[in-house]
Amino acid sequence: MSFKRVVVTGLGSVTPIGNTVAEMWQNLLAGVSGAGPISHFDHSKHKVHFACEVKNYNPADYFEKKEIRKLDPSVQFAKIAARECMADSGLDLDSVDRNKIGVIISSGIGGLASFEDEIGDFYASQDRVPRFSPNFVPKILCNIASGHVSIEFGLRGPNFGAISACASSANAIGTAYDMIRIGRATAMVVGGTEAAITPGSIGGFGVMRALSTNNDEYQTASRAFSGSRDGFVMGEGSGCLLIEDLDHAIKRGAKIYAEIIGYGASSDSYHLTAPHPEGAGAILAMQNAIDEAGINPSDIDYINAHGTSTPMGDICEIKAIKSVFGEHAYNLNISSTKTMTGHLLGASGALESIISVKAIENNIVPPTINHREDDLDPNIDYKMNFTFNKAQERKIDIALSNSFGFGGQNACLVFKRYAE
Amino acid sequence: MSTAEVEEKVKAIIVEKLGVEESEVTREASFTNDLGADSLDTVELIMEFEKAFGTEIPEDKAESITTVGEAIDFLTANAK
Repeated sequence: MSFKRVVVTGLGSVTPIGNTVAEMWQNLLAGVSGAGPISHFDHSKHKVHFACEVKNYNPADYFEKKEIRKLDPSVQFAKIAARECMADSGLDLDSVDRNKIGVIISSGIGGLASFEDEIGDFYASQDRVPRFSPNFVPKILCNIASGHVSIEFGLRGPNFGAISACASSANAIGTAYDMIRIGRATAMVVGGTEAAITPGSIGGFGVMRALSTNNDEYQTASRAFSGSRDGFVMGEGSGCLLIEDLDHAIKRGAKIYAEIIGYGASSDSYHLTAPHPEGAGAILAMQNAIDEAGINPSDIDYINAHGTSTPMGDICEIKAIKSVFGEHAYNLNISSTKTMTGHLLGASGALESIISVKAIENNIVPPTINHREDDLDPNIDYKMNFTFNKAQERKIDIALSNSFGFGGQNACLVFKRYAE
Repeated sequence: MSTAEVEEKVKAIIVEKLGVEESEVTREASFTNDLGADSLDTVELIMEFEKAFGTEIPEDKAESITTVGEAIDFLTANAK
């Protein structure tokens, strides 16, 4: 059995640095930080007062009033990103077999804001009579964005969420890629979405010391690979891609952004939240992706790192990269775009896949911002090129996107410039 | 509460929850057939009526309230 080739033919995103792919990409290259004071809730008693929120966002610009109440913000973001992605793909829904087109849009946490609101109301009520909205359950499920998008576009192929915390949407893409490779689907809308800037999430991730508490310097707090990094900055938004059987894409004359040539998934099998100290799971996932792609590590030009800006996570990822790439670790470009977008949790893998594809398209590496020359970590080898502070032009034919989730769940994807 | 008052309140809730024009909300209008409500919307409407009128609508009763007029009549008779 020969595998089908799988290509990326549509992109869409809603992010803290732009509500379209074009705007997001422009701001990435300009090194714009998406961080700001939290506006979604009263954070005065929290330790963390900032996050990367989606900006200039009015749901009524995208949805009917009646619809808005039924859509958790995470689902709103997914629908908007999916619409942009579908429009960008130029896919004519009336001329394709929609039984063979599916959706896997993941969320790491699901409709957390809706969950907290209704549960909060219940416990705050005097009589504790359950008065849950009939929309409560469908608003909080992690798989529900996929359902909404399938209904909007009449897509009847495989439909679910792939859940692995911060690797969720990388696994979504990898799983959908497999489905297309074996012919189970001809195209898949894939991606991730998250809207978890809530009291519970900021409080919960905060108490784990996963979040930066650098409230005074919030705009530069997401500083992956710098000495004084102290945690990630919560983001929100969605990224969606249309991925497609190459023959299907060629037949309809689609614009092809890039080819997906490898997917590697693994588990640290070590600790629920701490990364393996030597990056064992990350090594395995990168190696699996590279092996499946049938390339050498030295063929990779750019790594969009997981790079969350946590003290341990960054070190372990760098160790893993050095282990997989050897001397080539010094030749390739690495960057953490989370320094600009914040950490979109379950949406980060998809957003960073979009960024990797755009990097290939434009031959530019977006930067790792917020680094000061004197802010060094003795455990990090600065002979490696972290693309600090300024985007860098470079011929990029192959890019690797890393995503590592709580649970020790890792997913890596390899994208290649499309050539016949 | 007079029928007119109940009617005004009921219509406002329906306009708000179903996102329809007030002119569509006639006594004869069916929530599902005319006003685009699905089964979840109908449950939500009943809950809103209960909250707004301080009354409980038993499930068997709720099932028989399918039009704007039926809601107004029930609530006029049962509002507290």
